[in-house]
Amino acid sequence: MSGFNFAYLDEQTKRMIRRAILKGVAVPGYQVPFASREMPMPYGWGTGGVQVTAACLTPDDTLKVIDQGADDTTNAVSIRKFFQRTAGVAVTERTAEATIIQTRHRIPEAALTADQILVYQVPIPEPLRFLEPRETETRRMHALQDYGLMHVKLYEDIARNGAIATAYAYPVKVEGRYVMDPSPIPKFDNPKLSNSPALQLFGAGREQRIYAVPPFTQVVSLDFDDYPFEASKAPHACDLCGDPGSYLDEVITDDQGGRMFVCSDTDHCATRQAAGHRGRLSPMEAAQ
Amino acid sequence: MNAQALTGGFTEAPLQAAIGFRALLTALSRPGTVMTLTGAQPVAPLSVAAGVAALVLLDQTTPLHLAGAHDCPALRDWITFHTGAPLVAAEAAMVAIGTWDALMPVSRFAIGTAEYPDRAATLIVEMPGLATEGAMLRGPGIDGTARLSLPEIATFRANRALFPLGFDAFFTHGDRLAGLPRSTSVEG
Amino acid sequence: MYVAVKGGERAIDNAHAFLAEERRGDPAVPELSVAQIRQQMALAVNRVMAEGSLYDPDLAALAIKQARGDLIEAIFLIRAYRTTLPRFGASNPIDTGRMAAVRRVSATYKDLPGGQVLGPTFDYTHRLIDFALAAEGLTPPAPEAAPLGPVPRVTGFLDREGLIEAEPASDTTPPDLTREPMELPANRALRLQALTRGDEGFILSLAYSSQRGYGRTHPFVGELRIGEVAVEVDIPELGFAVEIGEITVTECETVNQFHGSKTQPPQFTRGYGLVFGQTERKAISMSLVDRALRWEELGEDNTGAPVQDPEFVLMHADNIQATGFLEHIKLPHYVDFQSELELVRALRVNSEASE
Repeated sequence: MSGFNFAYLDEQTKRMIRRAILKGVAVPGYQVPFASREMPMPYGWGTGGVQVTAACLTPDDTLKVIDQGADDTTNAVSIRKFFQRTAGVAVTERTAEATIIQTRHRIPEAALTADQILVYQVPIPEPLRFLEPRETETRRMHALQDYGLMHVKLYEDIARNGAIATAYAYPVKVEGRYVMDPSPIPKFDNPKLSNSPALQLFGAGREQRIYAVPPFTQVVSLDFDDYPFEASKAPHACDLCGDPGSYLDEVITDDQGGRMFVCSDTDHCATRQAAGHRGRLSPMEAAQ
Repeated sequence: MNAQALTGGFTEAPLQAAIGFRALLTALSRPGTVMTLTGAQPVAPLSVAAGVAALVLLDQTTPLHLAGAHDCPALRDWITFHTGAPLVAAEAAMVAIGTWDALMPVSRFAIGTAEYPDRAATLIVEMPGLATEGAMLRGPGIDGTARLSLPEIATFRANRALFPLGFDAFFTHGDRLAGLPRSTSVEG
Repeated sequence: MYVAVKGGERAIDNAHAFLAEERRGDPAVPELSVAQIRQQMALAVNRVMAEGSLYDPDLAALAIKQARGDLIEAIFLIRAYRTTLPRFGASNPIDTGRMAAVRRVSATYKDLPGGQVLGPTFDYTHRLIDFALAAEGLTPPAPEAAPLGPVPRVTGFLDREGLIEAEPASDTTPPDLTREPMELPANRALRLQALTRGDEGFILSLAYSSQRGYGRTHPFVGELRIGEVAVEVDIPELGFAVEIGEITVTECETVNQFHGSKTQPPQFTRGYGLVFGQTERKAISMSLVDRALRWEELGEDNTGAPVQDPEFVLMHADNIQATGFLEHIKLPHYVDFQSELELVRALRVNSEASE
């Protein structure tokens, strides 16, 4: 794509984003305002993640892009192609081979390493936004560490439903200071946020915020002593690779509502199948 | 402007800036890690590492303070030509460069506000040496503990006490660079 | 048997090819040229320039063609292109007082120097479909008048008597919405920037709501003027400003009531709208919303009306942000949906068990 700079953004824009990323790293969990640019893809489709990735990429990187855990979902394909064209970087679907992983809604099943950066696409970075729509108010709450509203919300959940009725974008506290939205990952993924060897960066383009969780940083899911946080998933094993512990997509297979459960992390599932693991409905089993 | 000021910048800015930034990012997100930087040949007394950091971070929108011996005509010209960063007093700086003694007292630098803790200065401290020994570091980015040859302890402890406010620092020596965000706890 | 869906890339390529074919329509019908769009769909071009924040009629016309007439999509194309453009400098403020107006009306004075000039307006057309336009043919030329030179401002007459609030000139560099993150509370310059590039429909509805009593503005259109103004840039090497071109803008100044206070005698107040191109619905709407947002500085009551809430107005005026976020909900959300499915199933088990 001649006519565009390396990784699409101009140098001044990248410098601005890079400065914001560094401040985010210095204050884990705090949302740094940045002058998000209009990207050639819609707001809400990963423009924040794309800007963070563009600011971090070097020609030596190997990029993996996932959406819902899968490399082959259309938006993941589109973003991966964008960076192949504008940065000429190597791409991969293998988690272990990637140096930068841009993700929407999942943390890969495979443990990340110190050589990796995980970039999250974030729609609404403000964990308090649905409790208080005003930016001026939520900014003050973070400044004063006034998170009473969040605890009231969680407590009301318990009163009404007998459990905390938040299944994804489950709020966390970073290093005992900032309450942070982990992006709409399922709460199943929350424990992986904490003490990860990888650097985790979060980009919200439309809302103009960047934040970070450095490696080996304590991230705690909010809960109560008598209602502890639980990283739940569907109580099944993957029907293709048999993994009892991975996060699952539910797939409707016939008009009668028949269903099967398969790993949402496509690389994880394929890697296990290649190693000979089989599930209840594995095509390889069926073929035999 | 001296002819020397016109050379020594990035020759392939998009790529060199990207590689330089990743080194800064690794250094700041993993305190106690020493990175090697290349791509700039700044004029004295600026080190190669500090020169790369300057080219990665600075432009017309980032007020810079040059402290002590770094505030010399040759370096002012070099910075102006390659980055356009406005040169300002310590109090107005987003980035400051100098030796530790020249940067003192660091209480002059912005530490951010409760609502915008990101509006804090980044200090690039030119060091007589840089090694993973000396002060013991704990905190985000560190698996247990790490060590770094900081110029002193007390100031960094005081800075940590301001968290989430406080300045952030890079330490440079020759082509080497390490980072210390305000979130790091420092012990002797 | 379930097989994981593959081939996203081919699906995308095919969708793009299908889109291109649909864009062209029936190849037996002659293709629209960019020049035709620019000339004959000029108000669409104007809207795309205004909300795209880029004054380039040819590019806006091309964007409309590419977007198949979807103006928000065209605005998006312009915005994404605009972001990549290097900045060589900033112009001096344009002087609308020196405008070569093609239209200039005032609702506050029956006549005034320069007169009421209707210009190319829909105002008094009867909205009857003109079937003659379905047949192609030459439009008879309109009668020519001598061009209207610079005309005095209506608010200038009020200003001379001290009847309208003073608007002292300022050399302060305004914030730049496209280069800095939005910071709240926003000053008036930032608010005006957000309004002039905000969605016409949204700004119109907010203005309308204020007329109907949700944050009462009670405005008179002191003056509405449309025409060309010179754009000048200071060249430091030359030591003076050089004209780099002319742009058409629409400016609306409203005159609003103000009751005065103990310290201030009664005075009219101002609302201001300025938009690229002939875009008068937008400029008038903007001036009403601007005025309504000024309630605090003018010591008025906050009635809780949406148009009085700067954060509500500024955070929701941008149609590129709005449409992106709105439309993103059609992207896959299987993971989140699955987590909610499991949660609802678990809660149902709990509630059944407790019954």
